[in-house]
Amino acid sequence: MKSVHVSTTVNGDAVEFICEPDESLLDVLRNRLGLTGAKEGCGTGDCGACSVTLNGRLVCSCLVLGAEAEGAEVGTIEGLAKGDALHQLQQSFIDHAALQCGICTPGILVAAKALLEKNPDPTDTEVRYWLAGNLCRCTGYDKIIHAVQDAAQKMRSA
Amino acid sequence: MRFAQPRTTEEAAGLMAQESGLTRILSGGTDVMVQLKSGLVQPALIVDIKHIPGLRTITPEDGGFRIGAAVSGAELGEHEGVRALWPGVVEGVELIGSTQVQGRATMAGNLCNGSPAADAVPGLVAANAIARIMGPDGARDCPVADIPAGPGKTTLAKGEFLTSIFLPARPDRSGDAYLRFIPRTEMDIAVASAAVSLTLDAVGIVTAARVALGAVAPTVRLVPAAADTILGTKLDDAAIASLMAAASAACNPIDDKRGTIEFRTQVAGVLAKRAALIAYSRAGGTA
Amino acid sequence: MALDNTPKRVFKVVGTRPPRPDGIDKVTGRALYGADVSAPGMLTAHILRSPHAHAEIVSIDTSAAEALPGVKAIVTAKDFAPQDDDFLMDVLDNCMARHKVLYDGQAVVAVAATTSAIAKAALKLIKVTYKALPHVTDVDAAMTLDAPVVQEGRSLETVPEGMSQNVTSHCEFGHGDLEAGFKKADVVVERSFTTAATHQGYIEPHACLASMTADGKADLWCCTQGQYNVRDLCSAALGIEGSQLRVTASEIGGGFGGKTTVFIEPVALALSCKAGRPVKIVMSRDEVFRATGPTVSSSIDVKIGMTRDGRITAGEAHLRYSGGAFPCGTVDMGAQAAFAAYDLQAVRTLGWNALTNRPKEAAYRAPGAPQAIYAVESVVDELCQQLGLDPLEVRLKNAARKGTRSSYGPTFEDIGLVATLEAAKAHPHYSAPLAEGQGRGLSAGFWFNFGGNTCVTLNVNTDGTVGVTEGNPDIGGSRAAISQMAAEELGIPYDKIRTIIADTSALGHNDVTDGSRVTFSVGLATIKAAQDAIARMCSRAAQIWGIDEEAVVWKDGAAEPAGPNAGKFPPMSLAEIAAVSFNTGGPIAGHHEFNADGAGVSFGVHLVDVEVDKETGATKVLRYTVFQDAGKAVHPSYVEGQMQGGAVQGIGWALNEEYIYGEDGRLQNPGFLDYRVPVASDLPPIETVILEIPNPGHPYGVRGVGETPIVPPLAALSNAVSRAIGTRMSSLPMSPPRILKALSKG
Repeated sequence: MKSVHVSTTVNGDAVEFICEPDESLLDVLRNRLGLTGAKEGCGTGDCGACSVTLNGRLVCSCLVLGAEAEGAEVGTIEGLAKGDALHQLQQSFIDHAALQCGICTPGILVAAKALLEKNPDPTDTEVRYWLAGNLCRCTGYDKIIHAVQDAAQKMRSA
Repeated sequence: MRFAQPRTTEEAAGLMAQESGLTRILSGGTDVMVQLKSGLVQPALIVDIKHIPGLRTITPEDGGFRIGAAVSGAELGEHEGVRALWPGVVEGVELIGSTQVQGRATMAGNLCNGSPAADAVPGLVAANAIARIMGPDGARDCPVADIPAGPGKTTLAKGEFLTSIFLPARPDRSGDAYLRFIPRTEMDIAVASAAVSLTLDAVGIVTAARVALGAVAPTVRLVPAAADTILGTKLDDAAIASLMAAASAACNPIDDKRGTIEFRTQVAGVLAKRAALIAYSRAGGTA
Repeated sequence: MALDNTPKRVFKVVGTRPPRPDGIDKVTGRALYGADVSAPGMLTAHILRSPHAHAEIVSIDTSAAEALPGVKAIVTAKDFAPQDDDFLMDVLDNCMARHKVLYDGQAVVAVAATTSAIAKAALKLIKVTYKALPHVTDVDAAMTLDAPVVQEGRSLETVPEGMSQNVTSHCEFGHGDLEAGFKKADVVVERSFTTAATHQGYIEPHACLASMTADGKADLWCCTQGQYNVRDLCSAALGIEGSQLRVTASEIGGGFGGKTTVFIEPVALALSCKAGRPVKIVMSRDEVFRATGPTVSSSIDVKIGMTRDGRITAGEAHLRYSGGAFPCGTVDMGAQAAFAAYDLQAVRTLGWNALTNRPKEAAYRAPGAPQAIYAVESVVDELCQQLGLDPLEVRLKNAARKGTRSSYGPTFEDIGLVATLEAAKAHPHYSAPLAEGQGRGLSAGFWFNFGGNTCVTLNVNTDGTVGVTEGNPDIGGSRAAISQMAAEELGIPYDKIRTIIADTSALGHNDVTDGSRVTFSVGLATIKAAQDAIARMCSRAAQIWGIDEEAVVWKDGAAEPAGPNAGKFPPMSLAEIAAVSFNTGGPIAGHHEFNADGAGVSFGVHLVDVEVDKETGATKVLRYTVFQDAGKAVHPSYVEGQMQGGAVQGIGWALNEEYIYGEDGRLQNPGFLDYRVPVASDLPPIETVILEIPNPGHPYGVRGVGETPIVPPLAALSNAVSRAIGTRMSSLPMSPPRILKALSKG
C-alpha cells in the first residue's frame, strides 16, 4: 500500500504525518502523533470514546480516515485546556465527580463542548440525547449531566 | 488499497469504472469504515467524493430541494427549509447513529449501504424522492425506491454513484413522519420502522398518501394497500385499524438477534399508525 | 444525603468531598491507560482465535506465517509451562488452547510483528486443522446426561454419581426444617427463572506491553485490577520467578471484576521473550466480548412460603449456574447470598455449576448474587401481590438484623438493612402516585464484602508532606479516600498527602481490587500505617525533649507532652519533626502488612418506577432511588458514584443486555451495537441516599460499597415491569419482544 502524506492542523498547531490509506484518524492520533487522549473503545462508532472535532463538527475519529484530515482542522481533548487553565467543563467534571475510571471522559468532554457551543442552555434531556453516543459504564451518567449543566451555567454567566 | 479525492463527478465515475477490483465511495464513511475495519470489505480503491463541488450543498429546485450526496445528517438537520418541507425525511436521517455519526453520515450513503433497516430510506420512499446518479455513461435519475435490491445490495451498476437526492415540492396541507422501534432510546438499528407522507383537503380528508415500511423485508416496502386504507378518511378508528392490519400484512421480516418475525410484524402496524397520526397533525389535520 | 441513628466520631477530612488527585490528568487526556504507552523496538501482536464453539485442535502449521517478512515471534500453548494446579492450568488453557478449543473465540496462536498490519496478515497464513465437536451453550441442557461433554474428569466429590460430567460442583447452605416451614405458610409460591450471561462492559479493552529477556527478567505494563495477581499468574505461566517479573498497573478504564485475571498478558510475555523485543497487545471490542470473562448464565427455581400477615416461614432455592467452559465456584456465592436479607427459621439453597461451551466466567460486581437475589426478591414480590401486602412492610417484617443467624451461616453484627428499608419507606419516591401503565418495584440486595492481604507504606517527607504507597489500582476514586483517611489519622491537611499505587516490586503482596475491599482494607492498613508513623514521630519528639516515649501523645497533627507532668514543651508538628528527622535517627515511615478481617456486609434497597408501552413492550425508567449502607462514607461523591454506576449496570442487565448464541454455538452480538448497555438518554437521574451504620471492624466504620448496587436492580425492574403489565416476568433481560409476548399471553 502506498502511504499518504497529510498536512493538517491539530489543536491549532500545524502537523504533518505519513499514514497508510486505510488507517483511521484515531490510529494516526494515537500511534503517529502521540495524542493518546482519544481512546479506542470499540473501533466501530458505537461508544464515542474516540470523539474529536473535524472542522468544528463532532465526529468519531475511528470513522474518519487519517487521509481525510488533509487541510482540515482537528480538535482533540488535548486542546481543551489553555496552558494551565482548564476549560470550565473540565473543572466542572472534577468538581462534580463526573468521572470514575475516566476512560470515557475525553470523548464526553469533547462532545459536551460541541454541544454547548451550539446550544448554550440545553435541557437535561437535550444533554442526554446529545451524549447518547458516548458510553459510560462507571457513573450511570447522573453526575456527568450535573457537571455539563454546571459548566453551561457558569459559561453563560462568564 | 488506494485512496482518491477527485474534483469532478466525471473524474470520480472514471476512477470507479476503470478499477477492476472492488471499489467503495467514501461519503460520510460511517458504514465503509466499519466494513474496512472488520475486514468484511477489502476495496482496492476508495473514492472520496467530498471534494467535488456541489455535492455538499442543498439547493432549492422547483419548489423542492436538491441535496448533495455528501451532505451530512447534521448539515441537513440545520437546514430550515428542508426541515419545514419534509420533516419526516429529516427526522429519519437524524436518527442514524449518534451525534458523532450524524456529523458525517449522509442520506445517500445510508441508502446505498443497502441495509433493510436504514433509517433515511422509508422517509425518502414515502416522499417519492429521486436520486441523481453519475456513471460511466453520464447522469441519470432514478426513484429512490428503485435503488435498494436486497440486504447490502443496490441496483447501481459498476462505476455508478449518487451525486444528489431530490425532494420534490409538496401541495399545501401535506405532512410526513418517520418512526422506528429500537430497544433503547438511541444507538440501535431499527427493529421495525414506518414512514407516512400524506396530503389533506380543506376539511381534513386524506387525498394522497404513501406508506413505507423498513426493517420488515429485504428492502424498504412501499405499501399501497396501507395507503389505500386511509385515503378518503380523517384517520378515524376504523381507518387506523385497517392501516395497522395492512401494514402488518405487508411485512416479511426475519428472526434475528434484533427482533422476531412476530414482534416486527406487530410493531410495524403500531408504528404505521403513530406515524400517520403525526403526519396528519403536521399537515394541519386534527384527528 | 446521609442518615444514621448512632453516635459517631466527628471527622475533619473523612466525609468531605476534596478533588481527586488524578482528576486533572483524566480530564486532559494525559492519564496513561493500558494501550497508551509504547517502547522502543516495540512489536505489535494479534491473536488467532477459534471459529468453533467446541473442537479438537488436530494440527497447527505456522510455517507460512513465520516466513512473512516482519514477523518476529509466534507462540502457541506449547510455549507455556504446564501447571500442577488445576486453577492455574485453567487460566493458562484459557489464555491459549492446548488440545481443544472450548468456546467461540478462544485463543489458539499469537503472532508478534513489526506492524499491526503484518501481524494480522500473518494470522491469515496460519493453518489450523480443527475437528468440530458437538457443543452445548445452555446450562440446563448441559446438565442432561446426553449433553456433549465439555471437559472430562472435572467434577468435584461434591457432585453425586450419575450426573453429566459437565456438572463440576455442588453446594448446600441453610438451616431449619423446610417441610415444617412450608406447612406453616398460608401461601406458597414456586417459580423458575432464567438469566442470560452479561459482560462487565468496561469501555477500555484489555491492553498490555510486555518486555521479557532470556534471563527470566520481565516488565509488564497492563490495565488490571490486581498487578500482584497478574505477577503470580504470569510467572507461573512463563516458568519464571515472581520476583523477577515487575508488573505495573496502568490507569484502568473500568474493570468491575473482569480485569482480575489474565488473558493476553502471558501471551505478550512469551512473545517478547521469543522475539527479544517489547510486545504490545490490545484486544479489539469483538475479542473482549468473545474471549474475556462474562458472568454466569443461570436457571433458578425458588419456593417461598408466607403467612397471611407477611411472615416468611420457609425459603428454598435451587441454582444452576454455568461459568462457561471451565469449573467455576460462583454458584457458592449465589447460594449464600440468595436469602441473606432475611431472618428465617427454615431456609435451604442448593447450587450446581455446569460446563458449557462459553467463555470462562470472571467476576462482575457481586458475582453470583444478582441472579439469586433477582429470583428470591421476585417471588417475595409475587407473594406480596397475592396477599395484598406492602412490599416494604414485608421486608421490614422479615429483615435480618444484628443477631440474626444468616441463611448462609454467620450471625450478623451491626447491619444496615432495616435502616435502608426505613429510609426507603420515608422517602417521597415510595409514596409518589403512579399513572396508568406505570409500575413500581423494589428489591433489597446484599454483598459480603471482603478484606484480604494488604500492604501500605506511609513515608513522612522532610518537607512535612506524606507519601502513601499502596498496591491496589484505583477503579473508583480510592486514591482520594486513602489520602483522606491518612490525613484524618495524621491530623494534617488532605493536600499534604500524595497516594500512589505501587508496582509489584515496591510493596508486598496486595490482593486484587475486588470484593469491595479497597476503602475498607487499604483504608484500614493506611490508618494503621499512619498510627505506626505517629508512634515513631512521638518517639522522635520524646528524644528531642528528653522525656519518656509513653509521655508523648499525638493531637491535631502534632506531638505534645501527655500532661503537665511530662514537661512544658510546645507541640511539634509533623512538619517540624520531619524537618529534623535526619538528626534524630533518619527518615520516618510507618507501614502495615496484614490479611484484613472484619469487612462489614453492605445492604441496599432500590426503588424504581417504570412505564411500559403496551403496544411495543418498550420500558421507560421514570424514577430511580438507591438506598445503601456505607458504614462511613469517606468521600460521599465516590460512594454515590458507586451506587449510581452499579444501579445503571443492573438496569442494563434487567432490560437489554445479554449474550446471544446461535445454533452454531457462536456469539452473535460481540459489539456495543447489539450488546446494549444503557446510554445517557435511556435513564432518569439516579437519586442516592447513603445510610451510615458503622462497621465495628473498621476504626472509621467503613464498609465496602462497590458491589452491592448491582444486586437489587434486577428484581426491582422485574417487579416494576411485572406490576405495570399485570403479568409476572421470570426471565432476563426483559427486552421489548419478551414483554410484548408476556402481554399478549395475558
